[in-house]
Amino acid sequence: MTGTILITVACLLALGLLFAIVLYFVAQKFKVEEDPRIGTVESILPGANCGGCGQAGCHAFAENVVKAPSMEGFFCPVGGNPVMTRIAEALGRAVEEKAPMVAVMRCNGTLASRARTNEYDGYASCKVMASLYAGDTGCKYGCLGKGDCEAACKFDAIHVDPEKGIAVVDEDKCTACGACVKACPKGILELRNKGFKNRRVFVSCINRDKGALTRKACGAGCIGCGKCAKTCPFDAITVENNVAYIDFTKCKMCRKCVEVCPTGAIHEVNFPPKPPKTEEKPHEENV
Amino acid sequence: MKKTFRIGGVHPHDNKISAEAAIEVFPAIETAYVSMAQHLGAPATPVVAVGDKVLVGQVIAEPSGFISGYVHSPVSGTVKKIEPRADIAGNMVPHIEITVEGDEWMENIDRTPDIIREIPYTAEEIIAKVKNAGIVGLGGASFPTHVKLAPPKDKKAECLILNGTECEPYLTSDDRIMRERPEEILLGGVIMMKALGVTRGYVGIEENKPAAIASMTEAAKAYPQIEVVTLKKRYPQGGEKQLIDAVIRRQVPSGGLPIETGAVVQNVGTSLAVYEAVQKNKPLIDNVITVTGKCLPVQHNYKVRIGTPMSKILEVAGGVPEKAAKLISGGPMMGRAIANPDAATVKANGAILLLTEEETRRRPESNCIRCSKCASACPMGLEPWLLNKLGRAGLHAELEQERVYDCIECGCCSFTCPAGIPLLDVIRISKAEVMKIMRSRPKK
Repeated sequence: MTGTILITVACLLALGLLFAIVLYFVAQKFKVEEDPRIGTVESILPGANCGGCGQAGCHAFAENVVKAPSMEGFFCPVGGNPVMTRIAEALGRAVEEKAPMVAVMRCNGTLASRARTNEYDGYASCKVMASLYAGDTGCKYGCLGKGDCEAACKFDAIHVDPEKGIAVVDEDKCTACGACVKACPKGILELRNKGFKNRRVFVSCINRDKGALTRKACGAGCIGCGKCAKTCPFDAITVENNVAYIDFTKCKMCRKCVEVCPTGAIHEVNFPPKPPKTEEKPHEENV
Repeated sequence: MKKTFRIGGVHPHDNKISAEAAIEVFPAIETAYVSMAQHLGAPATPVVAVGDKVLVGQVIAEPSGFISGYVHSPVSGTVKKIEPRADIAGNMVPHIEITVEGDEWMENIDRTPDIIREIPYTAEEIIAKVKNAGIVGLGGASFPTHVKLAPPKDKKAECLILNGTECEPYLTSDDRIMRERPEEILLGGVIMMKALGVTRGYVGIEENKPAAIASMTEAAKAYPQIEVVTLKKRYPQGGEKQLIDAVIRRQVPSGGLPIETGAVVQNVGTSLAVYEAVQKNKPLIDNVITVTGKCLPVQHNYKVRIGTPMSKILEVAGGVPEKAAKLISGGPMMGRAIANPDAATVKANGAILLLTEEETRRRPESNCIRCSKCASACPMGLEPWLLNKLGRAGLHAELEQERVYDCIECGCCSFTCPAGIPLLDVIRISKAEVMKIMRSRPKK
């Protein structure tokens, strides 16, 4: 009885040893030479495999960046500048700092300002809804609120607010990978510069209809009146197809456009609350 | 044994409750809103200006491309506005708004009910007349008819099939015209056969329309070149590819056009419009619209001028009952929900259907249990469950391999799915994406 067990154990050990030797030589013979830097770069990358850089994933990014002669054209939006600097250091290259970006919601047609004209009871997907008709409000450019962006986001940074009926970006979580921009069938989301101290000014509407039609459909839409473009001292605002657009590379964030906009379509984010105007309450300060 | 197509298909309840309502001429309207996108292809270009006086049947817009068409004034009066207006889906489309004054017709239009049997025109003259009358396929796709009557040079037409199947539940407009005007439909068929240079014609009618079959068979005695074929009741028999298979037992190859089988299919409504255009000089300015629904106390089949707001039709039909929860333009299987009831009718509108809450309720979606009902129901031999999975994952190469481009969007898969999966919704999107990729490739 003991003999049988011993023989079995011995046989298995011998077999194991034999296979180990064979496998060792096979592994030596068919060894794949991989640039060790690829592994290093991959370990620096966030590993989210989001595809925001335009590559198939973090490994593909690492492979291609190592192969490429310079860092040009490579940027990991999730890791941002710190990660890119570390990669450049590991590869002994120079890298330019890029301004951090954030996804911006260019529709302000909340349930309160944009009345529903019909009820959609089909499959809950913006893509499907957009292929069927103009939408359940008078505005055919606005957010459909079925959450294709929410489903596409890997960082839990965009959600459809049930009270507002539109998507809302959580800028602390947003990595500017661009997945939501691709997912939105209406092209509402845009990647913009995060801005100094995260402060931004942008037009939160893309309605290209004429002013009267826009006004009828939504109380918060851009009617293309052009007041903002006239006010802007830096030539940053253009009005094309009845909708204003602020070029974030030119905008100096003076916020003059925000004040003149008659519908409140121009939004300012993360600015400190304005001090009370001096002409209105001069005596209070004296008291 | 009655014929039908060989692959797939479903049997929805036909609900032809408006079949006994004779066609009524819709009362005169005050304002007509004529859409410039009455046909598949490029929208027409207006040729009238604001303030112009127009007569019934006068050309008010010209085609702006090869696949495009003429548009004629459906009313007489003054052009009030030319501006974008919302269509049934809420999209802005250029419309010509005409204030109606009287009912004066163009002088060359023959308005007598006499049937003219001699056809003195050549094939080219017929095609030109059909083009100038702005006729489009009235089965629903609104493809310009003159393009279909002139197949490419390397393809030979062998027969004409008139589509009187009306396989969509509820719709009865084709049924009514086949009962009321059978000889004119057949004459339209004879005219189109002359234009195509074919000697064989068929009319395919489903068995649930015995009165239409009887009247068409009776009228066809004088036209031995056209055979009336009784088909089994089965959806989507009215699909071009399914009808060709059912009537002449030939299958359109995957990705191919129906003309490759030698058959040209035209709707019976189109046939009637062709007869009126060629023999009576009457352009396509009106069509028969079924107004139906179980919640409606009275069913109607109206002969309506194009450009009539749908809300006006509903008002004349007795108003929208409180129970009605959804308005659909067309039938329940392939029709589209009307998001904007103020939209005006276009040439290819065939019905306004009113459904109640219970009738339109969606089944809650659950997981696919691989029962393969969708695969058995698909009339194109596709695997909808697989296309749905691939579509949700966005795998375009695999979708193309699985022939998603062959989908005719009939909705049999969604109709039959016991798990309530919105198969067609996903497949339709995937198809559009794949076709876009296929079109962007350089042609060999």
